[in-house]
Amino acid sequence: MEWFDNFWQIYSNLVLTIGINALLALSIWLTLSCGLLAMANAAFMGIGAYTASILTMNYGAPFPVALAAGIAAPTVVALVIGGPTLRLSGVYLAMATLGFGEVVRVMILNAESLTGGALGLNGIPQLTQWWHVIAALVITLLILWRLRRSRIGRAFEAIKEDAVAASLMGIAVNAHKMLAFALGAGIAGLAGALNAHLTFFIGPSEYGFDRGVDILTMTILGGTGGLTGPVLGALIVTLLPELLRNFRDFRTMMNGAILVLIVLFLPKGLWDPQRFKSWFKRGRK
Amino acid sequence: MLEQQLVNALSLGCVYALFALGFTLVFGVLGVINLSHGAIFMIGAYAALQVVTKLAFPLWASLIAAFFVAGAFGLAIDYLVLKPLRQRNAPHLIPMIATIGLAIFFNSASQGIFGAENLRFPSDLVPDQQLHFWGVQISVLEVAIIALSFALMAGLLIVMRKTQLGRALRAIAESPKAAALLGINVEGLFYLTSFTAAALGGISGVLIALYSNAVFPLMGQPMLHKGIAVIILGGMGDIRGALIGGLFLGFAEVMSVAYIGSTMRDAVAFGLLFIVLLLRPQGMFGKVLERKA
Repeated sequence: MEWFDNFWQIYSNLVLTIGINALLALSIWLTLSCGLLAMANAAFMGIGAYTASILTMNYGAPFPVALAAGIAAPTVVALVIGGPTLRLSGVYLAMATLGFGEVVRVMILNAESLTGGALGLNGIPQLTQWWHVIAALVITLLILWRLRRSRIGRAFEAIKEDAVAASLMGIAVNAHKMLAFALGAGIAGLAGALNAHLTFFIGPSEYGFDRGVDILTMTILGGTGGLTGPVLGALIVTLLPELLRNFRDFRTMMNGAILVLIVLFLPKGLWDPQRFKSWFKRGRK
Repeated sequence: MLEQQLVNALSLGCVYALFALGFTLVFGVLGVINLSHGAIFMIGAYAALQVVTKLAFPLWASLIAAFFVAGAFGLAIDYLVLKPLRQRNAPHLIPMIATIGLAIFFNSASQGIFGAENLRFPSDLVPDQQLHFWGVQISVLEVAIIALSFALMAGLLIVMRKTQLGRALRAIAESPKAAALLGINVEGLFYLTSFTAAALGGISGVLIALYSNAVFPLMGQPMLHKGIAVIILGGMGDIRGALIGGLFLGFAEVMSVAYIGSTMRDAVAFGLLFIVLLLRPQGMFGKVLERKA
């Protein structure tokens, strides 16, 4: 197992980052599956990261407590802002949540005594173990998988297709939207808390517009049709910079180009079971 | 002191309005939130900078260059990306995501080509003398920005309201399909709109680069975020709204810097945006057609 030890020493951070990014991709997938383009996930991640880190650093809280708070804080914030925000639809919701993200970033920047302002928080204890990330991902996947097969998941689907028709069928549209939004915020917060205790340092600029776009890219790239898509997308988007190392300055350019090409040519993302099926059928003919 | 603040707010507000005009035009006609408008703005500024420094042309030539280079990019984006999405009848969030990709692409391409550092226009390009009126200082450049943004808005409004072209554009904004049935060249006008919006974005890029004395690859991003706030404040797709929203944001920012403190400047912009969206999602002047059943 020597090769594995070597591999792990070099790449453990990368592997765990894939897991954390998969959580983030799932968090935005959840709102997308309910037909909401909410771009606040980066902000929720930041709220989770700061809450958990402040608890472990300043108050010496045990890690499980910090994680729980990292999930709870963004969920509560989502419940509070969800009421008025989720009335908006389509692009208006996207814009409002982007605006909210900027407000959070500026607030973190200004609450210097608590958050360290622009300098960020340094020296966060590295408490995240590899199995924490795996466990978080597996549990999230299990919950979402169950949810998708349940009455609630079908309600999400109906709302996504047509909110007016869904409400006529007696689905509580607003309550379901709120559930998707709050649950997504919780998952993003968990990812933020895990990430903060992995990377040692967090700063307000990490949770801005670019991070939000990254998260969205992963999900759109992988495909929004099921749970496999976001995980696959997170894997690719996280590995891509490593694979494109030789391109240096043009690395992020590839990210942009890939996003455009996917939207143009693979509207359902990379993971699209129906496309696989049609390939298979064509092969047999 | 207050008079000076008001003048500063006016010129800052016009800067925002200049940027927002093209942004709101595309949304009004094409129904697309074009998040690559910030990158177009940056491309305009770099094009002008190249013309001025490499070819040693005067300012007016660089403005023309910015107009056509940025316009060409806008046209190319429409033809290569937005048109296929239109033909596929993609849901309206899809073009927005595509333009995010385009913005990342152009921003990092220019970072690779021109470097990340902050470039400047030669200092003798614009006369830097200050004009004085009733104890208020204002630079020639600021006067030009204010005049241009009012003139452009007036021009666009006249075109939209009084001409056949404007009627056609408004018909398209209402329903592209119905407009096509009426014999309007819908695709042609989409191209024209994309070109014009991007060209205006390019011009505003030059003026704002001169105003803040900085050209750098990510210069469009903060403007884009402000632009989003402006068109939401003013009502999306509303040309008057772009100017009024821009001025409103400019005043709010200058006043918050003057009376609250400079660190809260960005919080004011987005806090306002957030509140307006919650209270009046259609913007202060806009109208939203909501589907009830």
